[in-house]
Amino acid sequence: MTPSAPDTVGAGAVLRLLVRNHPGVMSHVCGLFARRAFNVEGILCLPVGDGACSVILLVVNEDERLEQLIRQLRKLEDVLEIHRAPEAREALAAIAGWLQ
Amino acid sequence: MKITGAQLIVRLVERQGIDAIAGIPGGANLPLYDALRASRIRHVLARHEQGAGFIAQGMARATGRPAVCFGTSGPGATNLLTAIADAKLDSIPLVAITGQVPRAMIGTDAFQEIDTYGLTIPITKHNYLVRSATELLDVIPDAFHVAASGRPGPVVVDVPKDVQSETVECDALPAPGKVDPPPPLRADEIARAAALINDARRPMLFIGAGIIAADASAALRRLAERASIPVAATLLGLGAMPAGHPLFLGMVGMHAARCTNLLLEECDLLIALGVRFDDRATGKAEAFCPRANILHVDIDASELGKIKQPFLGSEADVGEWLRALEPLVAAAPRCEWIARAQQLRTEYPLALPGAADPLQPYGIIRHTAALAGGDALVTSDVGQHQMWVAQAFPFAWPRQWLTSGGLGTMGFGLPAAIGAALAAPERTVVCFTGDGSLLMNVQELATAAEERVNVKVILLNNGHLGLVRQQQQLFYGGRYHASRFHAEPDFAAIARGFGVTAFDLGGGADPLATLARAVCVPGPCLVNVPIAAEANVYPMVPPGAANRDMIDGGIHDAIRA
Repeated sequence: MTPSAPDTVGAGAVLRLLVRNHPGVMSHVCGLFARRAFNVEGILCLPVGDGACSVILLVVNEDERLEQLIRQLRKLEDVLEIHRAPEAREALAAIAGWLQ
Repeated sequence: MKITGAQLIVRLVERQGIDAIAGIPGGANLPLYDALRASRIRHVLARHEQGAGFIAQGMARATGRPAVCFGTSGPGATNLLTAIADAKLDSIPLVAITGQVPRAMIGTDAFQEIDTYGLTIPITKHNYLVRSATELLDVIPDAFHVAASGRPGPVVVDVPKDVQSETVECDALPAPGKVDPPPPLRADEIARAAALINDARRPMLFIGAGIIAADASAALRRLAERASIPVAATLLGLGAMPAGHPLFLGMVGMHAARCTNLLLEECDLLIALGVRFDDRATGKAEAFCPRANILHVDIDASELGKIKQPFLGSEADVGEWLRALEPLVAAAPRCEWIARAQQLRTEYPLALPGAADPLQPYGIIRHTAALAGGDALVTSDVGQHQMWVAQAFPFAWPRQWLTSGGLGTMGFGLPAAIGAALAAPERTVVCFTGDGSLLMNVQELATAAEERVNVKVILLNNGHLGLVRQQQQLFYGGRYHASRFHAEPDFAAIARGFGVTAFDLGGGADPLATLARAVCVPGPCLVNVPIAAEANVYPMVPPGAANRDMIDGGIHDAIRA
């Protein structure tokens, strides 16, 4: 594990999105980031429960645009919930280390 | 009952109150057209899917209710994209239902296959690829619910051909999609807003399409009159206040009257209602209303702080917000501020040179307005003529003025006018256009002739892409390139070729008498109005500059240090 991997997660804000699980939802979320020129440092998506929904964890820059980003994400019909999830930081750091 | 996917779509669309659909059939939506044949819905056969999209937009803009267009897969869908994107930027409730290749062929580069879902993600409020006929029971009502709720916008429903043909068993049809109630009002925010207004010495109302979408014109006017607050509108906010109202200063921004931009410079409280601080309205955003606290109300929370950080921002239906605010706002004469507004209006009015001459831009607009009467709906295309109309037409009521604001789509005017005329058959619809714009959807003259719509196309013909020519003159050292049309079509002959009555004001006969005749012709007609190529739209804020830096005259004299 290099020391830089956990730092990447550590510097950013972690957002947890509960989304409808269907083939287009990742395009909606990633497309929003691309066209509004928001930076995303990391993304993790897995189905939860019976598979009707997924959770997306996003690592994004902690800056003055974060609130605008959250408001834009909230407008996506397939995004059911969104909140900050600092508690996921440790798990993401572990994955980041594993990827190195 | 047993019902096919296509029949289900038609039944559910009928239940949304849709009585007309614009579209074009093709291979992948033939089952849908087969089902539509049995419906009471009137189908309007456009001549290009972009025309169908804008005809539907015209219906939606004239009524405020969702409208529907149909297109087939592949090129049918790609042709719709511009009209869908236009609806997204101007927050117009549009439901586009497209055919798609059968499910088993998706992803194989089949004939007329395109990823409509993927293409429309960035230009819709929401979109669907329907994977079974049963899903339609949820998707169609939801599409209307999404299109019309909150900040309205376009929705695409992409339906594979075999889903249209699939038979499903269903006991009862779902309830039609409804509009969500607006977010709850925050009494604390309204009290703070009222206090800000009551304390302000130089408040200004800055209003946009949100006022019209929320049916808030009457409430807006009451607030302005009660608290003596001057009002300026964005391009899409025109009509929310009647043009002749003493508190109304017209359009703000790039082609505003100087007095309007100057007064905004001086205000101490900017009450921004249903606006999104578009750059054509604000000019250089950092220099917009530099002395003002901003009070921003919008139904879309992501607009609050997107461009300008408000002192107080409220996510609300602006009509409800205004009605709740009203009893808390003190009646105030604000004599000094109103006198200042009057002084600026006198010193820096909007000049309308040539307003008496029907062969000059302002003249043809004012004469057409007088002849068409106060009940006429007005559409425009995009360019110089659009700005002249925005400046000079006496808009008097909300939804009178239908124009492409955000996307600025040349080709919008004629099909939107057809849609508006279908939605409001009792009215005359005037479409102001230019010779560049008209050619971008000229094929819809055939649709206009077929539907016998009451559309009067007033073509300001300068043989140029006029606003491009103007910018090359002003900002590119007069190095004109690709802005002049060397081939100049005979537009009256073209219109007649489509079966549309046509007049030419350039023929030497009394132009005013000809115009008066044209406006009275039953059904569609076109009036070619030759205008000087050198006519420019003034004043003008150079793109990227501050609104105070308007070209054309001694503006800087008025700015007080």
